[in-house]
Amino acid sequence: MARVVVEVMPKPEILDPQGKAVTGALKRLGFSGLSVRQGKRFEIEIEGEITPERIEQATKAADSLLANTTIENYVVRVDG
Amino acid sequence: MRVGVVTFPGSLDDIDAIRAVRLTGGEPVSLWHASDSLEGVDAVILPGGFSYGDYLRCGAIARFSPVMAEVIKQAKAGLPVLGICNGFQVLCEAHLLPGALIRNDRRTFYCKDQLLRVESTSTAWSNKFATEQEISIVIKHGEGNFQADPETVRMLEGTQRVVFRYLGENPNGSVNNIAGIANERGNVVGLMPHPEHNVDPAVSPGLDGVRFFASLTNYLTSLAEEA
Repeated sequence: MARVVVEVMPKPEILDPQGKAVTGALKRLGFSGLSVRQGKRFEIEIEGEITPERIEQATKAADSLLANTTIENYVVRVDG
Repeated sequence: MRVGVVTFPGSLDDIDAIRAVRLTGGEPVSLWHASDSLEGVDAVILPGGFSYGDYLRCGAIARFSPVMAEVIKQAKAGLPVLGICNGFQVLCEAHLLPGALIRNDRRTFYCKDQLLRVESTSTAWSNKFATEQEISIVIKHGEGNFQADPETVRMLEGTQRVVFRYLGENPNGSVNNIAGIANERGNVVGLMPHPEHNVDPAVSPGLDGVRFFASLTNYLTSLAEEA
């Protein structure tokens, strides 16, 4: 089955408290010099073939529900 | 005055909101998230707590519930709507209010009496306060950090749409210490603090929540007189 991946990240200017917490934990574990920002990855199984219409559909889904574009950016790509 | 209170799966403060409506002289009407009927109410409260597990983002899935389709439609036509805490998050996700609420900057859940300053009295839910009045209302949230792009913040500040601001230490890192905002018309207000918990002397040190409901009564009465 074809798969589309949507990746959602907090916008660079938006504070990412979760990423900050992970960064702090890594530092305590001795991983120095690593700074983390945390986002979300959605794997969307698509019935049938991937067509431009399917990509558009996934993009619409990302824009209306998967991401909040006030605070997040997203990318849609075909997996594999 | 019939005030609808929506119950989403995960709502916690719907019963308190219903009780607050009753204690302040209104007639509460329970509304169910899966129904698209607002039963002809004069105003709607989206209560605090959680909704649909707050999966994805707080309020992101609730915003597409059947009841919200009707709330959005009627709010755009002038129906007074108050979003409290999770309800505020739902209103932002629904684009009835601008901006978004992210996790508190210190990653701490805050539960305390919070001093606020009333910045705008020209809304359906704040007209019985005095401008710049300082009030105390309970807060209890982990994701109340209001954020919007600088242009939106300037617009909100410049058009008296910031309704409540945190006084003293900012509990969540919200931009400009914003605690609550309104839409352009002033019928839709969202805030993180919980006025429904500040209406009963038996369980609350202050009763500043009462004026939210008195404001609604005043607003609806003025509308009826104009008509």
